[in-house]
Amino acid sequence: MAPSLEQYKTEFESAQRRRRTAESAQQTRMREDALSRFLELGFPTTRQEEWRFTSVAPIASQSFTLAAPAVDAGPVDVTPFRFRDVCAAELVFVDGHFAPALSTRSALLGCVRAGSLAAAVSAHASEVETHLGRVAPFDRSPFVALNTALFADGAYLHIPAHTVLEHPIHVLFVSTGGGAAPLQSHPRVLAVLGDNSQASIVESYAGPGGARYFTNVVTEIVLGQNAVLDHYKLQQESADAFHIGTVYLKGARSATCASHSVSLGGALVRNDVVAVLGGEGGGCTLNGLYLADGQRLVDNHTTIDHVMPHCGSREIYKGILADRARGVFNGKIIVRPDAQKTDAKQTNRALLLSEDAQVNSKPELEIFANDVKCTHGAAVGQLDEDAVFYLRSRGLDRSEARRLLIHAFAGDVLNRMPLESIRIGVEEILQRQLAHALDAAA
Amino acid sequence: MLKVRNLHARVAGREILRGIDLSIQHGEVHAIMGPNGSGKSTLARVLAGHPEYEVTEGEVLFEGEDLLDMDPEERARAGLFLAFQYPVEIPGLNNAYFLKAALNTMRKHRGEEELDAMEFMTLVRERMKQLDIDEAFLNRPVNEGFSGGEKKRNEIFQMAVVEPKLGILDETDSGLDIDALKIVANGVNAMRSAERTFLVVTHYQRLLNYIIPDVVHVLTDGRIVRSGGKELALELEDKGYGWLEEPVRG
Ligand SMILES: Nc1ncnc2c1ncn2[C@@H]1O[C@H](COP(=O)(O)OP(=O)(O)OP(=O)(O)O)[C@@H](O)[C@H]1O
Ligand SMILES: [Mg+2]
Repeated sequence: MAPSLEQYKTEFESAQRRRRTAESAQQTRMREDALSRFLELGFPTTRQEEWRFTSVAPIASQSFTLAAPAVDAGPVDVTPFRFRDVCAAELVFVDGHFAPALSTRSALLGCVRAGSLAAAVSAHASEVETHLGRVAPFDRSPFVALNTALFADGAYLHIPAHTVLEHPIHVLFVSTGGGAAPLQSHPRVLAVLGDNSQASIVESYAGPGGARYFTNVVTEIVLGQNAVLDHYKLQQESADAFHIGTVYLKGARSATCASHSVSLGGALVRNDVVAVLGGEGGGCTLNGLYLADGQRLVDNHTTIDHVMPHCGSREIYKGILADRARGVFNGKIIVRPDAQKTDAKQTNRALLLSEDAQVNSKPELEIFANDVKCTHGAAVGQLDEDAVFYLRSRGLDRSEARRLLIHAFAGDVLNRMPLESIRIGVEEILQRQLAHALDAAA
Repeated sequence: MLKVRNLHARVAGREILRGIDLSIQHGEVHAIMGPNGSGKSTLARVLAGHPEYEVTEGEVLFEGEDLLDMDPEERARAGLFLAFQYPVEIPGLNNAYFLKAALNTMRKHRGEEELDAMEFMTLVRERMKQLDIDEAFLNRPVNEGFSGGEKKRNEIFQMAVVEPKLGILDETDSGLDIDALKIVANGVNAMRSAERTFLVVTHYQRLLNYIIPDVVHVLTDGRIVRSGGKELALELEDKGYGWLEEPVRG
């Protein structure tokens, strides 16, 4: 075993000793299997197609400590990361541990469960175990395996059938960093939406500027028949942090889900989104916006798996890359033999604000049905000089014209996200980050 | 108000304008006609300051100021407006937001008070009514998904909002049906005044039935080869450009 993997085994063993009593035998077995799988697979290398452009050596070569439960966020102020509008519940986690004192569940309907996953694993074992680890398989991904072995806690959201949530649920994972002994956390989110239910769920990830830590999250989402979900993942980790995230969505017949990914922070970021359209007439929208400057790398891999007929998917990912930043986009669309009448559309664009920024993007269509409509388009480029001139000819100066165009580029994706508070919040962060990137480019 | 002297300009290594002379007084309307590729849009873009076009010789005075020395935005703020032949689509940029930003920048530079949201909407609504533009239009992204005619109308709408001293209309009539053409022409005519000047580039005499020019110029191969009154447009419609081989200087 490579020395870097040894630390995870050690961490696992001590975590299990602490946990022993709380979890079922089934749960323990899953964790052990996941750890073995992680040790077998090891960290991916750039020789693997899925990781060709993204080296995780900076993660593999460092040691990270599993955080102990904390009573509060310590020196980190969670206020800036809180949801800016009314929400049904706000669950705050510090270094992967639930912080009830920082959380609110006031506006929640009685029948809805929104709380600690660790607590739910013991209180509602059979309900949780029906889905936990069954939506996101760990046999193929070392990071999913590592999360499954090590997750301390996370959010468990259960929206019963026919329940419509008026306000979103916010799940906020804050890292404290750990200073000289960098921390790792493996948050886990499980959201189950019953038939005909409807909800908005926002996941946020944040940490203090300058802190170097490792977040490895797995989100599993199950949608019942006709359920409607609006899901957001807002990643604003410290610019020195490592963030690996995997979202698995599985929809039953006529379920509709939108998953929006906004990735603004992190030194090395990998987001995997896998949406499985597992019932007839389902719909899925994936929107993505990412911004990287400095030497940062953001990698988005998405898979939309059309399993059943008459499903539609719409995907738009846009990236803004400044300085020497790198972006990776890989969008896979699978249309299985039974998935006739599939209607899939994918668009992916990247805007390069400097000569040294770069992006590798690749659509991957695997189509095994014949009566389908599948389109994809990709474009990478600098700001359109004709557009800059158009705005200047209306009196705006060059830097203002550039700024407006970049915001327009981002706005095109942002405007597709229904929650206004998210749009406004992201727009503000963009303003700040872009002001810096544009100054650097000028 | 506009004086162009021996203007030469090149793009992509090729000389397109080969000595243009043009003098326009306050309140006049000049039309420029000429075959495809003769340099009409190039002249318009050079006047507006497109950075891709390099002026190699000559000078342009706008209200006595050296126009060529100004950035495109400075020209706009000084009162020059170009209605593009091919307006650019900008997905994600809201029409109203853009127009308000543009108008207020210009007002600021002219030493005028910036308009607040209410004042802006009042102005914009009035102009939209004049040009028969639907209000929903304000919340659409700039030119995105607009038909050719809608784009042209949007250019005139923008012009009506910013109220320039010199409006350069590059083939604003192309792609308009007769009703839209009349609306656009009425919009322009409503703006005509002793102070305001227009330079109208067109292929068709039809537009000049509605916007009656004081002078018509013929541009071929980067030079003005003939200038005359509004009858010249009719003559061109009749005979084409072939008979104007020899440049007439003056
Ligand atoms: N940006 C450019 N790059 C390369 N060539 C250009 C560019 N702009 C104009 N040209 C060339 O300059 C010449 C004049 O073009 P211009 O657009 O000024 O013609 P025009 O008179 O407006 O024609 P039309 O009536 O078709 O609009 C053409 O040969 C054109 O190909
Ligand atoms: Mg032209």
